[in-house]
Amino acid sequence: MSSPIVMASTIIDAKFVDYLTIFIYFAVVLGIGLLARRQISDSLDFFLSGRSLPAWVTGLAFISANLGAVEIMGMSANGAQFGIPTVHYFWIGAIPAMLFLGVVMMPFYYGSKVRSVPEFMFRRFGTGAHLVNAISFAVAQLLIAGINLFLLGSIIHALLGWPLWIALIVAAAIVLSYITLGGLSAAIYNEVLQFFVIVAGLLPLTLIGLHRVGGWDGLKDGITDAADAHPDTIAPTADQLNSWPGAALTGFSSDFWSVVGIVFGLGFVLSFGYWTTNFVEVQRAMASNSISSARKTPIIGSFPKMFVPFITILPGMIAAVLVTEIADVKAGESVAGGASGEGVTYNDSLLYLMRDVLPNGLLGVAITGLLAAFMAGMAANVSAFNTVWSYDLWQRYVVKERDDQYYLVVGRIATVAAVIIAIFTAGLASNYSNVMNYLQTLFGFFNAPLFATFIVGMFWKRMTPTAGWVGLVSGTLAAVFVGVASEDALGSLSQGWIGISGQGASFVAAGAAFVVDVVLSVVVSAVTRPKPVEELRGLVYSETPREDLVDPEEASRPWYQRTLPLAGIALVLVIILNVIF
Amino acid sequence: MPRTQHTAGAFDIRNIIGGLIGLYGIILVLMGLFGDQELAKTGDVNANLWAGLAMVVIAAIFLGWAWLRPVRVPEEPTEQRAEQPERPPAQDGG
Repeated sequence: MSSPIVMASTIIDAKFVDYLTIFIYFAVVLGIGLLARRQISDSLDFFLSGRSLPAWVTGLAFISANLGAVEIMGMSANGAQFGIPTVHYFWIGAIPAMLFLGVVMMPFYYGSKVRSVPEFMFRRFGTGAHLVNAISFAVAQLLIAGINLFLLGSIIHALLGWPLWIALIVAAAIVLSYITLGGLSAAIYNEVLQFFVIVAGLLPLTLIGLHRVGGWDGLKDGITDAADAHPDTIAPTADQLNSWPGAALTGFSSDFWSVVGIVFGLGFVLSFGYWTTNFVEVQRAMASNSISSARKTPIIGSFPKMFVPFITILPGMIAAVLVTEIADVKAGESVAGGASGEGVTYNDSLLYLMRDVLPNGLLGVAITGLLAAFMAGMAANVSAFNTVWSYDLWQRYVVKERDDQYYLVVGRIATVAAVIIAIFTAGLASNYSNVMNYLQTLFGFFNAPLFATFIVGMFWKRMTPTAGWVGLVSGTLAAVFVGVASEDALGSLSQGWIGISGQGASFVAAGAAFVVDVVLSVVVSAVTRPKPVEELRGLVYSETPREDLVDPEEASRPWYQRTLPLAGIALVLVIILNVIF
Repeated sequence: MPRTQHTAGAFDIRNIIGGLIGLYGIILVLMGLFGDQELAKTGDVNANLWAGLAMVVIAAIFLGWAWLRPVRVPEEPTEQRAEQPERPPAQDGG
C-alpha cells in the first residue's frame, strides 16, 4: 500500500492485512464513542456499568493511562542503551509509590471530595499553591503531549514515509478528532482495550526476538560481545545485566551514590511525585465507586505494571543485539534513517525490531498497539490540560460564575490550542535523542516539590498556606538550578558546573527540589500563620477521624479483596524481582 | 430477566476485549495458514499461527467469563448515581 506523497523509503513495509488490523481497532474505538453518544438511555447504562466495573478494570486503566508513547519507546530506548538497570523505573520508580498512593494518600483525595489534585491543593493551602500547581501541571501536560505527538508522528513517518512535520500535523488532527469523538464516555474502555492490544503486539515481538537471539543466554552473549568490542562507548556487561548498582543508568562513578541516587532520587522523590500527585493517574482512582475501590485501583494496577518491563525493556535490549542499526548506534556510530528521518536513535529500537522479526499480520497488531497507546496518551494529556485550564484556572481566576455552556466552549478552545501547541513542543522533543531524559528532567522540575508539599501538608497541620507556595516555587527553582549546573540535563542551557549528567542529573535535581521544598516549608511555617484547625478535616492526618479514611465494609471481605493484603503481596513480589535481577 | 435490571451486553468491556482480540486472532490464524510465513524473520516459527491461536484462546476466556458472569445494570438510579455530579470524571473531552 503506498500513499500519494511518499517521499522517503519506509522503515516498515506494511501490507494490506496490517492496515486492516489498524482499521479494525479505530473502527471499534470510534464505534464505542458513537454508540455512547447517540443512544442516550444506553449511554446511561454505559456509565453505570462503568461505575460497577470490577477493580481489575480500573486498575488496568490506571496502568494504561501511563503506558503511552513515552513509556513504551522511552523504556525500550533505555533498555537498548542501559540494559537491565532500566527496570528501576518500574520496580523502584513506580510500584512503591503506587502502593503508597493506595494505602496512605488515596483516603485523603477520596475522602475530601475534591475533583482534582490542584483542588486538593486549593483546599489545603489556598490560592498561591493552587495557582503554582495548576499552572505547572498545565504546562507539563502540554510538553508531554508534544512528546507523545512526536513519537506518534515518527511511527506514521516510519510507516508511510511522510516527512516528520506532515506526519505531526496529520497525527495531531487524528488525535483531535479522537478526543472529540471518543470523549469522556469511552476513555476507560479505550484504555483497557489498548492495554490488551499492546500486550498482543509486544509479547510476540519479545518472544520471537528472544528466540532469534538464541534465548536469554544468546542475549547475554550478544551484549557481552558488543561491550567487549566497544569498551569506550558501551557500558560494561555487568552493568547492563544487573539492576544494581545501576551506575550506567545514573552516570555516577561511585556505586554507593548510584544506589542512593536511584533509591532517593528516582524511587522516592521522582516516582512518588509522579504517581501520587499526577492528576491523570489519581483521577482514575478518584472516580471509582467507593473508597475501597479507589484504594485498590493503584494496587491492582501494580501487578501488571511489574511485568511491563518484560515487554518494553527486554525488546529494547534484544534490538541492541539483533538489529544492525541499533547495534551500530550503541557502538557510537551515527546511522542515517530512523523514524524521525534525522538519523537512527535508541527510540527507534522497537520499530526496527518489529521490522526484523514480525511477519505481516503480527506486524499490524504491534503497530496498532503503538498507535493506540500514543493516541490515548496524548488524548489523556490534552484532556487533563483542558480540564485544569477550564476549571482550575479559567473558572476560578479569570471569568467566574458563568453557565456550564460557557466553560464547555472554553474547554473546546483549550483543546484545539493544546493540540497546536503540542505540534511545536513535538519539534522541541525531536531534538533529544533520549526522550526519557527529557521527560525525567521535566518531572524533576514539576513533580518533586509537589510531593514534598503534599506529604508535609498532609501530616503536619502547622504548615501554612504561605509555606505551601513558597515550597513549591523554591523547590522547582532548585531543580532548574541543578539542571543548569549539570552537564547536559537541559541540553545547551546546561553549564556543566557540577559533574553530573544523564539520568543521574535528573535524580539529583529531584532530590534538591525535595530537600529545598521541605526545609523552606518548615522555615516559612515557623513565621507565618497556619490555617484554622477546623478547616483541615479530611485534609490533614491528625485532624481527620479514622472512620473517614477507611471503608467500613472492607474488613468483612475475603483477603484478596482488601487493600492491605494486596499491597503486601505486591511489595513481596517486587522485592523478589529485585533479588532475581 | 427481571425488569429492574439487565445485562450490560455489548457494552461489557469483557465482550469488547474478547471480540477485538478474537478477531485479530482469527486474522492471524488465517495469515499463518494461508499467508507468507516469513520464516527467516521469525526464526522458523509460524508466529502468526501461534500468536493467533493464543489470542483466540484468550478471547474465548473473556467471552466465556462475560457470558457466565454477566454484569447486571440496575435500571433505577441508585444512591451512588445521585452522588455522581460531585465527582465528574477528569477526562472531559471538551
